[in-house]
Amino acid sequence: MSGAAISEKQKQDYAKIVKQFKPAQRIWRNIFWAFIVGGFICLIGQFFINIFLSQGLSTKEANSAASSTLIFIAALLTGLGVYDEISRFGGAGGIVPITGFANSMVAPAMEYRAEGLIFGVGAKLFTIAGPVLVWGIFTAWAAAILYYFFK
Amino acid sequence: MTAPQKIGMQTIAFQSPPVIISTGSVVGSREGDGPLAGTFDKVVADTYYGEKTWEKAEQRMMFDSMKKALQKANLQENDIDFMLAGDLLNQIISSTFTARSLGIPFLGLYGACSTMYESLAVGAMMIGGGFADRVLAGTSSHYCTAERQYRFPVEQGTQRPMTAQWTVTGAGSMILAKEGSGPVITHATIGRVIDMGQGDSQDMGAAMAPAAADTIARHFMDTGRTPEDYDLIITGDLATYGKRLTEELLKQKGYDISKRYTDCGILIYSGSQDVHAGGSGCGCSAVVTCGYLMELLNSERYRRILGIGTGALLSSCSLQQGETVPGIGHAVVIESLKERK
Repeated sequence: MSGAAISEKQKQDYAKIVKQFKPAQRIWRNIFWAFIVGGFICLIGQFFINIFLSQGLSTKEANSAASSTLIFIAALLTGLGVYDEISRFGGAGGIVPITGFANSMVAPAMEYRAEGLIFGVGAKLFTIAGPVLVWGIFTAWAAAILYYFFK
Repeated sequence: MTAPQKIGMQTIAFQSPPVIISTGSVVGSREGDGPLAGTFDKVVADTYYGEKTWEKAEQRMMFDSMKKALQKANLQENDIDFMLAGDLLNQIISSTFTARSLGIPFLGLYGACSTMYESLAVGAMMIGGGFADRVLAGTSSHYCTAERQYRFPVEQGTQRPMTAQWTVTGAGSMILAKEGSGPVITHATIGRVIDMGQGDSQDMGAAMAPAAADTIARHFMDTGRTPEDYDLIITGDLATYGKRLTEELLKQKGYDISKRYTDCGILIYSGSQDVHAGGSGCGCSAVVTCGYLMELLNSERYRRILGIGTGALLSSCSLQQGETVPGIGHAVVIESLKERK
């Protein structure tokens, strides 16, 4: 106990104890519910696509219309304080689909309203979605260059 | 020459122990649904508490808890010599803005979630040293303000691991006085900042447990006491897994505290409230101490408690830059000696 410095050995020993006491992650349970929740969201998407197709839209138009509808529903559910519960339960099943993206835009928009429209909503709107967009666009760009040279 | 009221390396033994003459506690709805609901002065159902922002709501909770403490002791703001407070928000705005409203000479403190116990220790020293007759000490936290500062927007959907904790919405305040009736503060052990290399922001219990264990062991060494000298040993917000780690670390140091040890973060919610490992935040140890523990002491069900406020000393910046999370623990001994003069 003398002196403040903690040796690497002490840290490693402690890390072992922490690992031993840490609860096992419920991976299989989480994967199962992610599959169910994510699958259900896709099912709803397909339901809308079918409706729009039956109303005479082309496949491309129906896809876009279904996406927009899902985004609207997810935004509404975020506003009602329901969507975070869906993701809490469904994990990646709620985060990965387009509805999760809508949630990650609306949640900051609501949250930072208190700091004003410019420096609040305006500056912070993309705090969650921003990294996804930046690296998504970068990856697409890199893939396109590779494709150009090696096709 | 050694300081007359200091014993051992880190402990202060008060020659005339300051009295806790009054407390005030205000909590949110989730805490109000928990098993300790009956011990709090006020439960606020609305997360905004009728204010425009969550930050303002947190300030109002701290203000109300302090007003409550004053009112219960039949005192006015100008009867208090100094106010000590801190909270989790950047530049401790909940505390400073509350001090703005109360107008009491103010010292801001920051010990992360250990702030209640830090302010009790400092306040007791001010009185014990003869620098004040009455000190108002308090702290607050709010689930929504903490989430948005440290993690994600509140409505953002995420999945937390089982080691994650839930920030308590609540504020607790105490009035310490040179004389009066109520439980007394006999000792304070000031903690060291301990970093055992833990960096998981979703497992704060593991980051803070070594600091808690260090302070508890040091307290026993400094005072020559053993766990058996206490009716209860209670940490601030280590929650389920941090508590187990603290027990294990102390066992390695030769102290078995398991029979009389619990954690405020475990007590404040019930298992069915889906808070994972338990409660956290400045408000956690504050409202449990100001509400539940005071009730136990005042009814003489417990005569001597060792409370350890625990804090994880991180910022969102330090975390993003890959720093590990150091912890701290401050211990205070509270005894139920009534009617002291």
